[in-house]
Amino acid sequence: MKTRVILGVFVVFWGLSIAVSVSGQGGTAVPAQKPPAAPKGNAENGGKIFTSYGCYQCHGYEAQGGAAGPRLGPRPIAFATLSRYVRAPTGQMPPYTAKVVSDAEMADIYAFLQARPEPPDVENIPLLR
Amino acid sequence: MSEDLAVDRRGFLKSAAATGAAALVGGAAAPVAAQQAAASGPATAPIAAREVDPPREVDALTTDRPGGDFMVDVLKTLDFEYIASNPGSSFRGIHESIINYGNNRMPEFITCCHEESSVAMAHGYYKAEGKPMAALCHGTVGLQHAAMAIYNAYCDRVPVYILAGNSLDATMRRPGVEWAHSVQDAAAMVRDYIKWDDLPVSLPHFAESAVRAYKIAMTPPMMPVLVVIDGGLQEDPISPEVKARLRIPRLTLTSPPQGDAGAVAEAARLLVAAENPVIVADRLARTPAGMTRLIELAETLQAPVIDQGGRMNFPSRHPLNHSEGGRQLIANADVILGLELTDFWGTVDAFRDSLVRTSRPLTKPGTKLISITAADLYTRGNYQDFQRYPEVDLAMAADAEATLPALIEACKRLIDASRRSAFTERGKRLANTHHAMAERTRNDAAFAWNASPISTARVAAELWAQIKTEDWALVSESGNMSDWPQRLWMFDKPYQHLGGSGGAGVGYGAPAAVGAALANKKRGRLSITIQGDGDFMYAPGVWWTAAHHQIPLLAVMHNNRAYHQEVMHLQRMANRHTRGITRAHIGTTIDNPNIDYAKIAQGMGVHAQGPITDPKDLGPAIKRAIDVVKRGEPSLIDVVTQPR
Repeated sequence: MKTRVILGVFVVFWGLSIAVSVSGQGGTAVPAQKPPAAPKGNAENGGKIFTSYGCYQCHGYEAQGGAAGPRLGPRPIAFATLSRYVRAPTGQMPPYTAKVVSDAEMADIYAFLQARPEPPDVENIPLLR
Repeated sequence: MSEDLAVDRRGFLKSAAATGAAALVGGAAAPVAAQQAAASGPATAPIAAREVDPPREVDALTTDRPGGDFMVDVLKTLDFEYIASNPGSSFRGIHESIINYGNNRMPEFITCCHEESSVAMAHGYYKAEGKPMAALCHGTVGLQHAAMAIYNAYCDRVPVYILAGNSLDATMRRPGVEWAHSVQDAAAMVRDYIKWDDLPVSLPHFAESAVRAYKIAMTPPMMPVLVVIDGGLQEDPISPEVKARLRIPRLTLTSPPQGDAGAVAEAARLLVAAENPVIVADRLARTPAGMTRLIELAETLQAPVIDQGGRMNFPSRHPLNHSEGGRQLIANADVILGLELTDFWGTVDAFRDSLVRTSRPLTKPGTKLISITAADLYTRGNYQDFQRYPEVDLAMAADAEATLPALIEACKRLIDASRRSAFTERGKRLANTHHAMAERTRNDAAFAWNASPISTARVAAELWAQIKTEDWALVSESGNMSDWPQRLWMFDKPYQHLGGSGGAGVGYGAPAAVGAALANKKRGRLSITIQGDGDFMYAPGVWWTAAHHQIPLLAVMHNNRAYHQEVMHLQRMANRHTRGITRAHIGTTIDNPNIDYAKIAQGMGVHAQGPITDPKDLGPAIKRAIDVVKRGEPSLIDVVTQPR
């Protein structure tokens, strides 16, 4: 809860910063803040638990997504956002609480998602032209 | 027919019993005779005693006109091309009549290894051909096997025509098996999910019931029907008295019900005035005209169409096809027209499968909902396939395809210059969105392109590359492959997509595909099925049927080595209970050992390849398979794929 409040304040502050900078009002413009960096994780272990914990069932073995779940990687959404959702999803996804997935494991999974290879350029795939 | 040999089995035994009883002198026979006389009442023949041998002079051994022959005469007037069956003694009479008297043509007997296959083949056949196929089974164990397939057809609103053998006269049953295969009310077991059934007690009765059953099955909402055919009626010679009464009634199909004129006018008013109308179609296209009419309606209104895939309703690359962006359209709509929707409530509401189940409307307040469905004419109570009750503003209990012409005309009469201009602008926006979605889909397909297990997008793309110049038809669902065929292929002909099982009974896929391919065979169409591994294992013997009857069918397996939907269900439960989240594979996966589907298929005479795990091997395998299918045979490729 405390984390959510802090994050909420941060988001409000970030939003206000954007508003001030684009309005040209007030004093010196505040540059947009980047979300905090994801904790360092082990992509190899992340891949193993992405499978064994069942994430692949909806998102595919390569996190490419499918009918049951969206694509997660490469270029996943911010770690904090992903982690928050995985712990307490608001849609159809079943929850992965801290009891079953530790913060360290979450970081490993995130590292795995970041490490997914970029797809080939569609223009270079004759079957998709 | 030889009149001399047309001896009614019951008749000669009746006279024999009377002779036998009269030969006894008093004693034990007297109470029996008295009971018979008392029971018979005035002016009726005494009930025959069976426990006597017939006199030698009436010991008939053959007949050249059994009742089954007349039954075949009736079936021929109904123009059945095929009758699918796993053979059984309770219908041996009509079976022999079909293959000999009927010359095994119209209908041709299709040998199946399971009654579920017989009925599901008829299910798939109807959707490809547009007319019913018959299925024949035991009234007990056969119907029991067939029950799930009948339920699927019922839910999918498909008219499968079922004949079930039975032996009603207890005194005529052979000891042993014939008793276990006899039942007082054969249809009772399936009556909740068939539209009509009857048990004819004479051949003239059979003729009327057979014709009536066909008519009822083909009246929307269409559903399976069942006629129980007694073994005695099939096998007994046709007596002169019965012969004199035999005739086959003329079949007159009903015109499908159209929507009330006032309701149609109101629907048109709402649709023409709407700023963001949406058309949703599920089991709309009952005939090829269904797609043509929906295109005309959508283009008249420049309204987006969400095709839910119960039938081939709308071309996949039409700029007004917005099936992929459906949820957002529903949220923004001011008028939604539902055409033969299985689940209108689920279309406009979101339901969360969580520990505490909740739902919320997807639509804005004030959105008008219009429903046109024949299902409103006929809703049963026990099986709950009718879904949640939708609170619509206008409900027409009518066949949607039959109602569309009137609705289109009503819309056209209301469109003035101002609306036409608004529609043109809307059409441009929708076309741009459609093209953007198509581009996004292509990009999405590229993810995991070279992965193993092979991505379902890759499977679909590899197939499309080799079929797109053929006259092809997808004779299976593809939802479990994330609908990649629908997203990448160009569906523009009414026969290119048949929808799903209806009742989600697994095991539908293989036999329905074989049945549809059987229908497509005479037109030289290339039938393609995406074959699930779990589905395959329910009654794989249908692949032998495909080989035996030389049914050309290209099967590409979606082999994710699991009953994957159930893997996900179990995972949901484990997560919810915060335990065992690594154990959802127990009781749900099909591995260890991995099944060699190619070997199974080869064992049944089907050309088969695989398992294929490298996507680079897919293209050459598909080419080899297509060469086989073009020679008129089935071919299966086992492909190890991503889960969805």
